[in-house]
Amino acid sequence: MSAIADDIVRVAVVEKARGYWTDVGRRLVGDPVSVVCAGVLLLIMAGAIFAPYLGLADPYQGSMIRRLRPLGTAGYPLGTDELGRDMLSRLVHGGRLSLLIGLVPVGLAFVIGTTLGIIAGYVGGLLNQAIMRVVDVFYAFPAVLLAIAISGALGAGIVNSVLSLTIIFIPPVVRVAESVTTSVRGLDFVDAARASGAGPLTIMRVHVLGNVLGPIFVYATSLISVCMIFGAGLSFLGLGTKPPEPEWGLMLNTLRTAIYVNPWVAALPGVMIFTVSICFNLLSDGMRSAMDVRD
Amino acid sequence: MLAYVAKRLVLVAPVVLAVALVCFLLVHIAPGDPLVSVLPPDASAELAEQMRRAYGFDRPLPVQFAMWVWNALHGNLGTSIATGRSVVEEVSRAVGNTLRLACVAAFLGFVFGLLFGFLAGYFRGGVIDRLVTTIAITGVSMPHYWLGMVLVIIFSVQLGWLPAVGAGPGGWAWDWEHVTHMILPAVTMSVIPMGLVTRTVRALVGDLLSQEFVLALRAKGLSKVRIFVHVAKNAAPTILAVLGLQLGYLFGGSILIETVFSWPGTGFLLNSAIFQRDLPLLQGTILVLALFFVLLNLVVDILQAAIDPRIKRS
Repeated sequence: MSAIADDIVRVAVVEKARGYWTDVGRRLVGDPVSVVCAGVLLLIMAGAIFAPYLGLADPYQGSMIRRLRPLGTAGYPLGTDELGRDMLSRLVHGGRLSLLIGLVPVGLAFVIGTTLGIIAGYVGGLLNQAIMRVVDVFYAFPAVLLAIAISGALGAGIVNSVLSLTIIFIPPVVRVAESVTTSVRGLDFVDAARASGAGPLTIMRVHVLGNVLGPIFVYATSLISVCMIFGAGLSFLGLGTKPPEPEWGLMLNTLRTAIYVNPWVAALPGVMIFTVSICFNLLSDGMRSAMDVRD
Repeated sequence: MLAYVAKRLVLVAPVVLAVALVCFLLVHIAPGDPLVSVLPPDASAELAEQMRRAYGFDRPLPVQFAMWVWNALHGNLGTSIATGRSVVEEVSRAVGNTLRLACVAAFLGFVFGLLFGFLAGYFRGGVIDRLVTTIAITGVSMPHYWLGMVLVIIFSVQLGWLPAVGAGPGGWAWDWEHVTHMILPAVTMSVIPMGLVTRTVRALVGDLLSQEFVLALRAKGLSKVRIFVHVAKNAAPTILAVLGLQLGYLFGGSILIETVFSWPGTGFLLNSAIFQRDLPLLQGTILVLALFFVLLNLVVDILQAAIDPRIKRS
C-alpha cells in the first residue's frame, strides 16, 4: 500500500514538473529581451570557445611599430593595444578566462550552497544553527572587500580568484536554499513521503530538491553578473591572471595609461564586461518572471 | 526600546569576535612565512628565529589570536611593514577620505534611487517605469571601475573640465578645487546603489499599492498625497535596511573606484598593502572596514525598530 502511495506521489510530482518547465520555457522564448540576451551571450561564448579556430590574429603577437592604432584601422578593425596586439583577437580570446571567472564561482557556490542550505533547512535544530551562524559571519563583511582580502592574502592567480569569489557567493546561496527548504519542509507531500517510510536522504533528493532547485537556480543566475564584475575587478587590480594572458579586466588595467592616446580602444574591454553582465541580468530577470507565473 | 538596544548589543559581540578571527586568519592563509617580507633574503636561521619570537609567531595560534585581539582593543594593530608607521595611524589618515567619498556617493545614489523608485512604482507599466527600469538595470550591470575610466575619458581627457586623479592638493577642504576632484569618483560610485535602491523601492511600492489598506484609504476619500505618506511609512523600514547595506558596501567596496581615481582612501591603502605584501596593514584595514560595516548594520537595525514597533516584539 505504501509503495503504491509513494508511486502515485512520485508520478504526480514528475508530471507536474515536466509541464511546469515546458511552460517556463515557452514563456521565456516569448520574451524578446530574454531571447536577444541569450543570443548575444551564446555568440560571445561560442567566440570564446572556438577562438583559436576563427582565423584571428595571434593575441600574444605584438609589434612596437603599430601600437595603439585607433578603431577602424585597416587589418585591425578594433585597433591595437599598448603593445601593438590586435584588439579584436584579444577581446574574443579574453572571453575564455573572463567567462570562466564569471561562471565557475557561481556554479561552485550553487552546488555547495544548495547542499548546505537544504541540509540546514531540512534537518533544522542544532545543525541549522551551526551552518547559519557561520554564514552570518560572512554577512559581516562587504562581499567585494572579502573577495579582495582573500585574493590579496592568497596572492594573485586565477585559481585564487575563483576560490575567493566562490567563498563570497556561498553564503547568499545557503540563505536562499535554507529559506525555501524550510518553507517546503512543512508541506503535505513531504509528510506523505515521510509517512510512507522514505528516509531523510530520499526525501531531500526526490521531494525537496525538485521543488527548491528552481528558485535557487534563478537566484544563482542573478549572481553571475555580479561575479563577472567582481572577477574582472580582481584582475583589474592585478589579483587575477597575469600578463600577457588576454582577460577583459586585466586588459582594462594595462590599457589605463592609454586613455590619453587612444581612449576608445582603451574602453573596449569594459564594453565586453558590461555587455555580458547586463545580458545575464536581463536573462535572469526574464527567467524570474517566467517562473513566478503559477496557475 | 532600551531592552531591544541592549539585546542587539549583546548579539553583536560574537559577530565582532568572528570578524576579528577572519581578519586574523587572513595572514595565516597567506602562503609562505609571514616574516619573508620583513627579513632580508640572506638572513641567518638564528635571526629568523629571533624575529619569529619577537613577533610572537612561535606561539600557538589561539595564543597569537588572543594577543592580537588584546593589542587591537588597546588601539594597536601592529606596524606597517612597508612604511614602518603604525597601522592605526595609516588607516586613520585614509579613512576620512573614504568616508567623505562614500557619503557623497551614497547621498547621490539614494536621492536618485528613491526618486526613480517611487516614480516607477507609482506609474507601473508606463513609459516612466520602462525608462527607470532601464536606467536601474544599466546601473547594477555596470562595471563601475570601467564607468570611472569612461567618465575620465569624456570629462578629463576630451573636455578637460574635471581633474582625473587624486583628492586635490594638501588636506581636505570643502572648496571648489577639492570638490571638482570629488565629482567624478562620487558620481561613478553612486551608480550601483542608485540602481539597487531604484529596483528595491519600485518593487516595494508596487507591492504596497496593490494591498487592501491602500484601497481602503482610497475608498475613505483620502487625497493622493496622504496616501503617498501611508505608503512611504510602510516602505520605510525595508528602504532603510537597503540604504544601510548599500552605504556599508560603499565604505568597504570603494577599493576599485579609489584605484581608478588614485583617491587616497582605505581602498588605495588596501591596494598598496596587497602589492607590497604588507600583511599587518592588510589585516588592520580590513578589520576597521568590517567593524564599520557591523556598526552600520547595528545602527540600521535599531533605527528600523524605532520606526516599526513590530520588529521589537519579534
